[in-house]
Amino acid sequence: MRKWLHKGRFVSLFAMLALLLMGCGDPTLSTLIPQGEVADKQYQLMLISISIMILVLVVVFVLYAFVLLKFRKKKGDNSTPKQVEGNHMLELLWTVIPILLLIILAVPTVMRTFEFSADAKPSSKGELSLKVTGHQYWWEFEYPKEELITSQELVLPVNTKVHVELSSADVIHSFWIPSLAGKTDTNPGDKSKNYMWFDTGSKTDVVYKGKCAELCGASHALMDFKVRVVSKEDYKNWVASFKAADGKSSANANGQQVFEKNCLSCHAVGQNGGNTGPSLNGFGDKDRVAGILAHNKGNVKKWIKNPQAVKPGNNMPKLNLSDEEIDAVADYLLGLKLK
Amino acid sequence: MATHESHKKRSGLMDWLTTVDHKKIGILYLLAGGFFFLIGGLEAILMRIQLIKPENDLFTGELFNQLLTMHGTTMIFLAAMPMIFAYMNAVIPLQIGARDVAFPYVNAVGFWLFFFGGVLLNLSWFLGGAPEAGWTAYAPLSTSAQDTGVDFYVLGLQIAGAGTLAGGINFLVTIINMRAPGMTFMRMPLFTWASFVTSGLILFAFPALTVGFFLLMFERVFDANFFNPEMGGNILIWEHIFWIFGHPEVYILILPAFGIISEVVSTFSNKRLFGYSAMVFATVLIGFLGFMVWVHHMFTVGLGPVTNSIFAVATMAIAIPTGVKIFNWIFTMWGGQIRFTTAMLFAVGFIPTFVMGGVTGVMLAVPAADYQYHDSYFVVAHFHYVIVGGLILGLFSGLYYWYPRIFNRVLNETLGKINFWLFFIGFHLTFFPQHWLGLMGMPRRVFTYMSGQHLDEANFVSTIGALFMGAGTIVLFINIIVTASSKKVADKDPWDGRTLEWSMPVPTPEYNFAQTPLVRGLDALFVEKMAGNGKMTPAEPVGEIHMPNGSILPFVLSLGLFIAGFALIYANWIIAGVGLGIVLLTMFLRSILDDHGYHIHKEEVEADIKGGRA
Amino acid sequence: MNAGERLTDANFPAHPEKATLEGKNKFLGFWLFLGGETVLFATLFGTYLGLRNMHLDGPTGEELFKLPLVFLATMLLLTSSLTSVYAVLSLKQNKVRSLQGWFLVTLLLGLGFLGLEIYEFNHYVHEGHTFTSSAFGSAFYTLVGFHGAHVAFGCLWITTLIFRNWNRGISLYNAPKYYLFALYWHFVDVVWVFIFTVVYLMGKVG
Repeated sequence: MRKWLHKGRFVSLFAMLALLLMGCGDPTLSTLIPQGEVADKQYQLMLISISIMILVLVVVFVLYAFVLLKFRKKKGDNSTPKQVEGNHMLELLWTVIPILLLIILAVPTVMRTFEFSADAKPSSKGELSLKVTGHQYWWEFEYPKEELITSQELVLPVNTKVHVELSSADVIHSFWIPSLAGKTDTNPGDKSKNYMWFDTGSKTDVVYKGKCAELCGASHALMDFKVRVVSKEDYKNWVASFKAADGKSSANANGQQVFEKNCLSCHAVGQNGGNTGPSLNGFGDKDRVAGILAHNKGNVKKWIKNPQAVKPGNNMPKLNLSDEEIDAVADYLLGLKLK
Repeated sequence: MATHESHKKRSGLMDWLTTVDHKKIGILYLLAGGFFFLIGGLEAILMRIQLIKPENDLFTGELFNQLLTMHGTTMIFLAAMPMIFAYMNAVIPLQIGARDVAFPYVNAVGFWLFFFGGVLLNLSWFLGGAPEAGWTAYAPLSTSAQDTGVDFYVLGLQIAGAGTLAGGINFLVTIINMRAPGMTFMRMPLFTWASFVTSGLILFAFPALTVGFFLLMFERVFDANFFNPEMGGNILIWEHIFWIFGHPEVYILILPAFGIISEVVSTFSNKRLFGYSAMVFATVLIGFLGFMVWVHHMFTVGLGPVTNSIFAVATMAIAIPTGVKIFNWIFTMWGGQIRFTTAMLFAVGFIPTFVMGGVTGVMLAVPAADYQYHDSYFVVAHFHYVIVGGLILGLFSGLYYWYPRIFNRVLNETLGKINFWLFFIGFHLTFFPQHWLGLMGMPRRVFTYMSGQHLDEANFVSTIGALFMGAGTIVLFINIIVTASSKKVADKDPWDGRTLEWSMPVPTPEYNFAQTPLVRGLDALFVEKMAGNGKMTPAEPVGEIHMPNGSILPFVLSLGLFIAGFALIYANWIIAGVGLGIVLLTMFLRSILDDHGYHIHKEEVEADIKGGRA
Repeated sequence: MNAGERLTDANFPAHPEKATLEGKNKFLGFWLFLGGETVLFATLFGTYLGLRNMHLDGPTGEELFKLPLVFLATMLLLTSSLTSVYAVLSLKQNKVRSLQGWFLVTLLLGLGFLGLEIYEFNHYVHEGHTFTSSAFGSAFYTLVGFHGAHVAFGCLWITTLIFRNWNRGISLYNAPKYYLFALYWHFVDVVWVFIFTVVYLMGKVG
């Protein structure tokens, strides 16, 4: 495949196109700046198809422009043009050439389609497995082998193949990290589980943006998540410290009480807590509040005060907390840092 | 004979409510479709205004989802489909030399069902909120929505869809059974051919949607469990049913536009269509393949590589007949004498725009790459290139082309050209940047995006483009008003036409043809012009003409269904029963009241001919 | 000749249902309509096949279905199809009373079928197999119920047709109406054959 690409006659066109498309967009979000193996192969497929299609466009447009310029009605010319029924040679030509072009496109299409779904299910070979569950409007990430559950932010080791099992707790969502791999739907129901794999790429200490790509309700637009790729060592440390976390915060003991009384039944910290809401373990280290807001105390308070104002239609209730209590909880949460 | 002359002349509103004349029903379709087109366009502009800058908070959350759902649903079911039916009604009987459609009564039923369905759906705005689950209404989002929006969606579209099915059957039979002598299948104008295939697609695609809507309605109103995984249901059933309908629907929409473009290009190049038989074959092939590609809307659903690959290759195959069409249009112009009227400008704009939509379609057919494109703005750009850049440009072209035949006036050409340029430039400004937005990681159906993701500029340009398109549409309506207020009646053949609809006087007589014409070749009128006659040879002597009676029953029947649908939304069984009772009663009345129509006497027809009215 | 006039043996055409343009249109239009109906039932069958094992803790089809009863219903409907064939034969021979008689028998058989179906549904509901008990329940009642509704509509149709034309002979106006009903009835019968096979026989065999 690769050989063919490099030898093929599209090389120069490819280079031009790549220049045109590259640098388009945000390097942690754009499919045109692929960072992992899967996204890279998908980008190449895009280039192959765009090249063929631009070839078609150029042929059609040049021909068309010529016809429009050449065959305008001239003033005073009232003759009737020759009425042509057709031309078998021409018609054969524009049937056969597209067929050939499509065959050229179909071969890599089928190859890659099989490649991306092969070997997607989690295996026992020591590679990283992940269970992703979509919720209205947040993401739950379970690392079955590491026995930990986090939310909204994936932490992954560099240069690693990740096997993902996808499902949903409510409606259909779609799991998409444009920089690393195309999307796959998360379907509700045990029978409709999906599997995919992707590669975390070679860059460390970079945060990729993830999106929900299937309309899932009022806050579909706000169902963002983050993928932090770190060195393998940092990853090991993160797992260890995540599991060692005890739900104690450096900041505010009062906040912890309020939290345990009001929030723990849905949100997990340390080894305790429910799972109907996102886990807040290590919240202090996260990149965003509620997946979208800048990570600061003001926004934590804003969220707790009125979750509906930030993410309409989400399932977090508005709690009857006083301003002091909210302040304390915010301090407590921001103090939840992993070692 | 005299016993059956029960014909009453009605006038004013009552005439429009009871009409079974295909020409008037065509106008009704055009007016209602145009009205819904404005509403759908307004919804689009509101969405684009929300997206003009990042983190805007004008229309957010649920309200934005209502706008996007209603925009898609309105444009497809209540604007595009009716406008297609408007042209089919206004033009097909004339193009094939028929006095009427096969089922004038059913034709009226079809219109009124569509109309009341559309009204029901749009009432949701005032009654607790519009549907918000997207025009695709995927379960379980659609089944779990708490308010009544989705109920309006499912019942409104069910009623409108029944009307569409009735219309489809009517045109199939009309085209098969009612062609004039000599009008063989391979002499039919391409618009008629395209409409024929479209009607066939309607016949075989809409019943699937009917079932889908029934299942969704049962799920919401009667607590059925088709899509509820906890009770053994499966969400994928809805997706399959929806797209088994949904993909053919795309061709239902685009084929008539192909037909219009074929007529316009041929007329304004003053040449017969290049490769006519290939065009017909391509149309049929596209319609046929249209049923075998629905899974390309579901590549990310997880159906496995085998399924995905098969449907990918089938999808790519559609590019071949479509390409044939494009080249045939270009070679129709080759060697011709192109006149750039407004109708032709829209057709000329259509071809490259549609090619661009077509090539992104082939790109989307690559499943492994579609994992990146799917449900992103790339898809939004693609289908607007084919539906707006294809269908709507085609419909506008057809409007300027057939307006003199439908309304007896020629639309103003200067305003028409302003209309074209504003709309065309606005269109590309709106949708071209959206390809990039999608590739840069913007999912579709989002009410906002965060700043700092390099998405701001393209979104801004896109919104400006939408305003241009809005301005273009306003110019069109100004044009219609200006034209309506002018007194200049159109010539019977203002474009030097080639097909039968240009052979009759203005206004078109209610019986269309005083004498059924004899067709002697493709482009029947052009053949006569070349032979030096300039007019059609009649195939029969002047005689009595049989006409159908108007009836209020189609209106009442549709009203009954509207009442039943409305009551079902609120689970009011008594009123729902009354509504269905009205439906059954009208069917009963239609069955027991003999209706033999009436006759126009030979003397009247002769007088019309003498007076130049026929 | 006027379409509403009573036909005599002398001027009786070979195909009275297709002797006028209206008749031809109806004939073709109705066949096309049945094509659409085929898609409708195909979609319902597809849904049923996808969900037929999803009975949760409710009874399975194998436990529920009583073949003798369903077989009797099948026989009623098949026979009614045959009687409607006799009615159409009478139509083509301009024998109006015989036509009405055979259609009345068809109607009675159809009503008998409906009665059995209502009895059957009632029985299932008492066994805990309801419309809302599981996906299987929803799919079963929807598919079989759609067919039942078609039979019920057919019964209303033929009743209206017979009594409206009770004292009128066969004309070019009403001949297509009779003929179309017979087409419809055959279609409904064919759908039932598929239901009998796919729902009941396959349900029994598993």
